[in-house]
Amino acid sequence: MSRLVDLFEYGLDAPICLTWELTYACNLSCVHCLSSSGRRDPRELTTEECKAVIDELERMQVFYVNIGGGEPTVRSDFWELVDYATSHHVGVKFSTNGVKITPEVAERLARNDYLDIQISLDGATPEVNDWVRGPGSYDTAIRAMENLQAAGMRNFKLSVVCTRQNIPQLDEFKAIADRYGAQLRLTRLRPSGRGADVWDELHPLPEQQRILYDWLVAHGDGVLTGDSFFHLSAFGQALPGLNLCGAGRVVCLIDPIGDVYACPFAIHEEFLAGNVRGEGGFQRVWQGSELFQRLRSPQSGGACSSCKFYDTCKGGCMAAKFFTGLPLDGPDPECVQGYGEELLAARDDDASHPRPGQDHSHRTIRYSKSGKVPVRLGTRPIDPAAALDIKPNLARISNGGMPVNDLQDDPLADFAPSRV
Amino acid sequence: MDLDRAWAVHPQVSIRPEPFGALVYHFGTRKLSFLKDRALLDVVQRLDEAPTARVACADAGVGEADLPRFAAALGALERSSMLVERAA
Repeated sequence: MSRLVDLFEYGLDAPICLTWELTYACNLSCVHCLSSSGRRDPRELTTEECKAVIDELERMQVFYVNIGGGEPTVRSDFWELVDYATSHHVGVKFSTNGVKITPEVAERLARNDYLDIQISLDGATPEVNDWVRGPGSYDTAIRAMENLQAAGMRNFKLSVVCTRQNIPQLDEFKAIADRYGAQLRLTRLRPSGRGADVWDELHPLPEQQRILYDWLVAHGDGVLTGDSFFHLSAFGQALPGLNLCGAGRVVCLIDPIGDVYACPFAIHEEFLAGNVRGEGGFQRVWQGSELFQRLRSPQSGGACSSCKFYDTCKGGCMAAKFFTGLPLDGPDPECVQGYGEELLAARDDDASHPRPGQDHSHRTIRYSKSGKVPVRLGTRPIDPAAALDIKPNLARISNGGMPVNDLQDDPLADFAPSRV
Repeated sequence: MDLDRAWAVHPQVSIRPEPFGALVYHFGTRKLSFLKDRALLDVVQRLDEAPTARVACADAGVGEADLPRFAAALGALERSSMLVERAA
């Protein structure tokens, strides 16, 4: 019998988990925002349209949705939609910068069993966090976690995008999560949205990738990754989880105006499968889109097929390749064997890279001459070199426990009775 | 897993059939599991009505030789709280 992951490559009747960005509006202007959020799009789905999507997800038995944005809680109907989903057997996990998590809201959230919350924080200190997420955002996130803890909300998530500047802070992130009774979740920085503009300066250095991998292996269960780091499996020992690109096969994205993309990191017309406002709604897009059919057909390893690690990393992340201008059937830009860097170095010029398909950034943002670092965020931008000077305080364990993903494989995955 | 007791799918568990078997999701623990076989799905779906797990297996056409493997799979589901014992 084939492995479960092989069956998943051909797609499912409905996604396992679906990301739904409810709004492009956001009170922050994070430099690496995947969805280039800031301003609300006037074509945003209405409350009634959102409820119709939830009805459809209930019919398709999509167990839960990951709601994000933008900052989803700034929608005036946000709590109404959350209540509607959770009372219709669609669990909700939402990501927030914490701006609306007052003590009163926290009380209400703690009472709902079908709800999970992710607080975003990209630095364990205000200096590192606010440099990418904007002034005051560290304090906002900490206050939100204090309120959730005081309300008795257990096991919410502290969600961190791993960057060159915060990899030395992994132990500190864990300590913060522990302090508030939260679970740490680490995810990968993608060169998507505004992330494309800062990726060169923010993505972890090759030696940091090894530190991250060892840290994940050493911390085993208790640290979630959302199956985000499967490209690191090529260090040798495969990380558990599905270890495949789930785009259009087990995951997808619904954006604020109802457009359905193959994954949250691929907001670009190349990966646009349809719109939930179309005839047949979301179900028809998921089951019938030509793009998704193509993603579910066997993929060639291309330039990677002769690499002995191809079976574990599967060539890495499609979106990361796309937005760094690399061929989709070649190595990931962060290939731990170094093949991606060779290709990056050989690229012609930046102008040829695909650009994000949507840009809802606040119009006030300006980037530095290099086009990378925002000059209006923070009164005192930190020097990335200085941030890096924090010495890694990580125990290096070459072979310990295994990291656990929130979409973990199960003992039953290997259950294979003979045919009866 | 005691095959001679009565079992039920946990009330917070949702089962979604798929071509390869089924996805099983527990809203309480937020754990996702996979039933990698349609026959196992058939057994699980019969548990709520059957007087014992052994009867559910027999009704689903599971032969004696396969019984230990099914018992092991049901045991894994029980340990992850997907299945709960109920009054017979």
